[in-house]
Amino acid sequence: MSLVTEFSATPLPPRENRLLAALPLVVILAVAYLAVPLLANEYLIEAILLPFLALSLAGLGLNLLTGYAGQVSLGSAAFMAVGAFAAFNFDLRLGLPLPASMLLAAVAAAAIGLVFGLPSLRLRGFYLAVSTLAAQFFVQWALNKFGWFSNGSASGIIAAPAIGIAGLPLSGPVGRYLFALVTVTAITFLLHRIVNGPQGVNLIAVRDNETAARVIGVPVLRTKLFAFALSSAIIGIAGVIWAFAYLRTVEPAGFNLDRSFQILFIVIIGGLATIRGAFLGAGLIVVFPLVLSRLTGLFFDGVADPGTIELLERIALGTVIILFLIAEPSGLSAILSRLKRRLAAPRAG
Amino acid sequence: MTSALLRAHPAAHPVRDRTEAQALPKGETRAATGAVLALEAVSLGFGGIKALTAVSLDVKAGEIRAVIGPNGAGKSSLINVISGLYQADAGEIRFGAQRFRAVPPQRLAVLGVARTFQNLALFPALTVAENILSGLVFQRRSGVLGHLLSLPAARREQARQNGQVRKVAERLHLTAALDRKVGTLPYGLQKRVELARALVAEPRLLLLDEPMAGMTATEKAEMAGFVRQARDASGLSVILIEHDIGVVMGLSDHIAVLDHGVKIADGTPDQVRRDPEVIRAYLGAEAA
Repeated sequence: MSLVTEFSATPLPPRENRLLAALPLVVILAVAYLAVPLLANEYLIEAILLPFLALSLAGLGLNLLTGYAGQVSLGSAAFMAVGAFAAFNFDLRLGLPLPASMLLAAVAAAAIGLVFGLPSLRLRGFYLAVSTLAAQFFVQWALNKFGWFSNGSASGIIAAPAIGIAGLPLSGPVGRYLFALVTVTAITFLLHRIVNGPQGVNLIAVRDNETAARVIGVPVLRTKLFAFALSSAIIGIAGVIWAFAYLRTVEPAGFNLDRSFQILFIVIIGGLATIRGAFLGAGLIVVFPLVLSRLTGLFFDGVADPGTIELLERIALGTVIILFLIAEPSGLSAILSRLKRRLAAPRAG
Repeated sequence: MTSALLRAHPAAHPVRDRTEAQALPKGETRAATGAVLALEAVSLGFGGIKALTAVSLDVKAGEIRAVIGPNGAGKSSLINVISGLYQADAGEIRFGAQRFRAVPPQRLAVLGVARTFQNLALFPALTVAENILSGLVFQRRSGVLGHLLSLPAARREQARQNGQVRKVAERLHLTAALDRKVGTLPYGLQKRVELARALVAEPRLLLLDEPMAGMTATEKAEMAGFVRQARDASGLSVILIEHDIGVVMGLSDHIAVLDHGVKIADGTPDQVRRDPEVIRAYLGAEAA
């Protein structure tokens, strides 16, 4: 019944309101591009913003596949690994400039994603999720098994080369931050265009009703493979940022199943099929544990041993996630929309 | 069911006579162009159950052909065979000159066939406009890159398709709802959006699987009007499955009656109404 009332109760936003709605984005970009490089300290950039940007981008990639196209994947970290190792090898063996090796890394991740997307043509839901685990395990196995990928390093851990574009060194914290920020902004903009364009209609049509989509002539197979390829490419670039800008080392163990789950949680907590959901989810997943460890450090230091404190932090994080999802199953993005509506309501009335 | 059949007498339904007077001569002139759809001895079984037994059917251009029958008679199976969701065990399906044993569903739209579903099959997260637009996707030539780069060809195509969407929305009185998410619309409107999605590419054959199920009498009359108007405007053929006998009698040029997967009658509404086989099938269904 609420459906009917909603139909009559939401008027279309007039043009001024849309301009007003773009204001938060302008503020966020101004802070990100101007305030942070000028004011932020090293800790904020190294420990919070860089992993936040890398995981946001991975979340965006997975959200395209899972949120928009409805294909569940548990192999995200594998595609991050493919991106990171591909970029490392393109840099090492061909000496390509960073943008080129990053682009080729995206292509490599897309190709692997395409291969592991093939089961989606026959499998759905949980069955597809299980088959994407194959990507997770296979990629990690291959990277460990063949020393060539990590240039024969005995530990499998390799230092990422210092980054720079066109002779401009970007290896300092601010440089790496700006490199990550520009990359994430550009891809976010492109993805926004794609999901709100004709291709977005195809993706959601396939997700919402595959049979109907097929019968009315939406190219279902092509749409699914497109989603897998593009999603993997984006996650691959997230892997490049993770390894080159954040950790500055490349190792297979960092791209394990835990990371895949982390990215899936980011998407679910942030809000499926929303662009900002990836950022909100990544914010919660990256920032909240840090805040929590500060707090527990403040209150429990010396009272309990570090093992117990870490356990308590995990319990607290889990509890918060459960509470969030009970309060709003559609994720943080929906909570934000509700807040905005509530803030706007008194002005309208 | 029986009472509904008997109540649908010409005297009680002047609408029907008007339809017949207008539509039949038209239908006859179009008959010369040949059948838009021809089923030849189509059979379909699920395990031991025969859903359809040697059903043959010819649908001419511009004809509205109802398919009626008791529950489980095979009506939906028939539409699913025509649209390729089920594969016939025997027989042949022809669209114009193209012959199929198994119709490829992903080519249906290209073949000029559109359908609606018994239970709504819309995309709830998309707006009404986007839902209707999805019916034009198969005609699209420009790809993702064209859109991302805003190439002139892609922009022109988008503008043209948006124009088509607006046109069909206007015809079906959906203009005010174009920007709404389909999932937030009342049921009757959703049914209409599904019809719009089927009509937007101007198909030659339209398959309607209970387009008026669960509607109020007013909504049914509206829907019947839209179907008739679409036929009159573009001369498309319609296969209509509907339980409301009053609507069926008023809207159809010909009626085929299925019972237990067998076609037991096929003719004008008048012929079908008097057919003793039909009356027996409905009585039997009611008694059972």
